[in-house]
Amino acid sequence: MESTFSQNYFELFGLPVSFEVDSNTLSEHYRELQRASHPDKFANATDQERRLAVQQAAQINEAFRVLKSPLERGKYLLSLQGINLDEETDTSMDPQFLMQQMELRESLEEVLDAKDPLGKLASLLQEIEKSMNDMIAELSVLFAKANDEAYKQARDTLRKMQFMHKLRDEVEEIEEDLI
Amino acid sequence: MALLQISEPGQSDAPHQHKLAAGIDLGTTNSLVATVRSGVPETLPNKQGEHLLPSVVQYKKDSAPVVGSEARAAATKDPLNTISSVKRFMGRGLDDVKLLGSQLPYEFVDSESDMPRLRTVAGDFSPVEISADILKTLKQCAQESLGDELTGVVITVPAYFDDAQRQATKDAARLAGLNVLRLMNEPTAAAVAYGLDRGSEGVHAVFDLGGGTFDISILRLNKGVFEVLATAGDSALGGDDMDHAIAEWIMQQASINDDADHAQLRRLMHVSRDAKEALTESDKTTVKIELSDGTFWEGELTRDTFNELVDSLIRKTLIPCRRTLRDAGITAEDIQEVVMVGGSTRVPRVRELVGEFFGREPLVDIDPDKVVAIGAAVQADILAGNNPDSEMLLLDITPLSLGLETMGGLVEKVISRNTPIPVARAQDFTTFKDGQTALALHILQGERELVTDCRSLARFELRGIPAMVAGAARIRVTFQVDADGLLSVMAKEQTTGTESSIQVKPSYGLTDNEIEHMLRDSFDHAEDDAGMRMLREKQVEADRVIEALTAAIEENGDALLSPQERAEIDTSMKKLVVVKAGEDIRAIKKAISQLDKATQDFAARRMNASINKALTGHKLDEFNN
Repeated sequence: MESTFSQNYFELFGLPVSFEVDSNTLSEHYRELQRASHPDKFANATDQERRLAVQQAAQINEAFRVLKSPLERGKYLLSLQGINLDEETDTSMDPQFLMQQMELRESLEEVLDAKDPLGKLASLLQEIEKSMNDMIAELSVLFAKANDEAYKQARDTLRKMQFMHKLRDEVEEIEEDLI
Repeated sequence: MALLQISEPGQSDAPHQHKLAAGIDLGTTNSLVATVRSGVPETLPNKQGEHLLPSVVQYKKDSAPVVGSEARAAATKDPLNTISSVKRFMGRGLDDVKLLGSQLPYEFVDSESDMPRLRTVAGDFSPVEISADILKTLKQCAQESLGDELTGVVITVPAYFDDAQRQATKDAARLAGLNVLRLMNEPTAAAVAYGLDRGSEGVHAVFDLGGGTFDISILRLNKGVFEVLATAGDSALGGDDMDHAIAEWIMQQASINDDADHAQLRRLMHVSRDAKEALTESDKTTVKIELSDGTFWEGELTRDTFNELVDSLIRKTLIPCRRTLRDAGITAEDIQEVVMVGGSTRVPRVRELVGEFFGREPLVDIDPDKVVAIGAAVQADILAGNNPDSEMLLLDITPLSLGLETMGGLVEKVISRNTPIPVARAQDFTTFKDGQTALALHILQGERELVTDCRSLARFELRGIPAMVAGAARIRVTFQVDADGLLSVMAKEQTTGTESSIQVKPSYGLTDNEIEHMLRDSFDHAEDDAGMRMLREKQVEADRVIEALTAAIEENGDALLSPQERAEIDTSMKKLVVVKAGEDIRAIKKAISQLDKATQDFAARRMNASINKALTGHKLDEFNN
C-alpha cells in the first residue's frame, strides 16, 4: 500500500490532477479525511499513532489550503511538472503588466486622502478581483493544454497573480486600519 | 511466560468501561466543571449546591487557600490576599499587567523571571499557581460529586488566547494534577453545546463576552463537523471593563480620590458590578458606597447613563466581528444564527448592538454562564473514548499569525491567522553575512509587520552552520501547531543537517523545572509521595498503551501484520505487562518506548488504511459516473 505521505495532494484527496477543482467535492473530501486522521480521533491511541495523526492531519490541512486557492493550486501543479516558481531566477515581467501594477499602487496611495476612502478601496478591490478572475480563466485554458509552452505561460500568469494577491493583502490591511 | 493477572475487586480493566472525564470552563469571573452522565451533559454543583465557582482565591497565613464565594465575600475586608480575575494575568509579563490598569488592587512583586507574582500573607504566587488553586477546587468538586478520580479533562480558553496564555493554562492544569485531554476554544465549546442541542447546520457566529475576554468565532456546521472559519477578539476586554467604567463614574460623582486605598477600590468594584447587574432588569438603580471617612455616598445610575459609559467598550467588539466576517469570506446575511456566550452578554446594550450588527436577534436560550462548560464536557466525553460512535469532529484554527524576525526588525509570517490546526509549515531562510555560523531565531505572534508590535514568544539559536558566503546557507524553519494550539519550532541547515528545535516556552512562563519544583512542594510528605505519583502516572500510561494496542490488533492485526511482526509486538507487549506491575519507573519507560518502536510500521499502515478507507465510497462513486 502506498503511503499517504508520498501521494500528491490530488491523490490524497481522491481528485484528478487538474486545475479544475469542484469546491463542494473538495470540502466534502476534506471533512472525510479529517474524520479519519484528526488527533481527536486518536486521543486514546498509542503515542505512535497520536504523533502520526498530528502529522497526517497537518498534511491534509496543508493540501486543503493549496487545493482551495487557485494561485497555490496552480503553483503546485507546476511544481509537479518540475517548475518551481519560488526558486526561479528569471524574474522579468511583462512591461504592460508592470505599468498596470504601478497605476494600481498609485491609486492605493491616493486612497487615504480621498473623501470616501472606504468606497475607493472597495472599487479598487473589485478591480483586483476582476483581473484575478481573468487570470483564473486563463489558467484553466493553459493547464488543459498540458504542454511545455502552456506551462511556461501559466508560470507567467501565476507570477502576475502573486503580485495581485500581495496588492489585495495590502488593500485589505489598509481597509482594516480604517474600519 | 508471564503469569496471568487478576485485577483488584472493583478495579476491573474492562476495555470499554466508562471513563470519568470533565469539561472545565476556567473563567475570569466564574469557573465551572461539567460532565456527561447517562448521555446528558450537566454542570456539577459543589457541596453548597452552587454550580458557579467564583474565580477568587483568598490566601491565608496558616491554612489552605479558600476558593469561591467565601473568598469573594472576603475581598473587601482582605483585598491584598484575595485574588480575583487572575485569568487576565495568565501568560502576561509584568509590563503587560501594569497596562491593564492602575486600579489593580494587588501588590505585584518583581521576580527573577519576567512573570509577575502577587504578594500575599502566604507568600508570593504567580498567576499560574493561583489558577491551579481554582482548578484543584473544581477537580475536588467533580470527584466528590462523581465518586471517583477524573481520568482527563478538557479545559476551555478564549479562542484569541496566544501561545503564552495557552501554555500558562496547561501549566496550571499540570500543577493541579489534571490530565489535559485538550485545550478547547470557548466559542467552539459553546457552538458544540448549541449545535448538538439543535442539530443545526450552516454558518453560525458565536459572540463570547466574558468577564475579561472577548471572542468572536464564525463556524460552519456540517453533519457533525464543526469547522471554525475565522476567529478574532480581544483577550483584555470584558465585563470587568464595564465595572471599571462605572467605578470611574462613581469616583467622579462621589469625589473619591485616585489614591483611594485597596479596600476602597474593592468596595467600588463590588458596588459597580452590582449596579451593572441590577441594570440588566431595571432601568435605574441606587448606588451606595461607604467613603474612607465612614460616611456614605448615595446616587442613582440609570440604564441610559450606563449605556453611555459602556457604549465605546461594546463598540470595540464590533471591529473583530467585522474582521472575522471578512476573513471567513462571508457577509452578515450569510450567518444563520448568532449565539451569545458569557455573562456580559446579559447586558441589554450588548444584545442590542450585536443584534443590530448581524441584523438578527441573537440566541440566548442556553445559560450563557454554563454553555461553555457543557460543550467542553461533551468533547471530554468523546476524547476519553466513551462515545466511539460519535459523528462529532471539531476542526479549529490558530487565531493569530506566527512568524520569525528577519533583518530590519520585520516579521515574516510562516503561519497566518485562521489556519486550520494541526498545521506544520516550513520556510527557508538564509544567512546575512559571509562566514556566518549561527542564526538567532526570534519567534513572534501577531498581525503587524514590525517586531515591536508583535508578541515575542521565544528565542533560540541554530549553531554550527558551516561558514559560507552570505545567502548560500539554506535554513529550513518548521513551525508546528498541535491540536491544542501550541507551537513548536524546528530549524535545520539543509546542506549539513545541523539541527535545533524548541518547544516554545514563553520567556515569562514557568520552566519545566519550576513546575516540577512546585509539584514537589505541593506534596506535604515530600519525596516519597512525588515518586509514587510519578510511578502511578507511568503505570497509567502503560495501561493506556496496552489497551490501545490490543484494540488496534483486534481491529486489523490480521490484515496488516505478518505472523512474525505480530509475534514481535506480542513479545514487547508482554514485557511491558510484566514491568508495569513492578515499581521500576525506568524499566516501564524503556518497555513503553520499545513497544513504541516495535509498532511503528503497524501504526503507519493503520493510518494509511484509515485514510484510504475514508474516501473509498467517493472513489467508487466517481468510477460509476
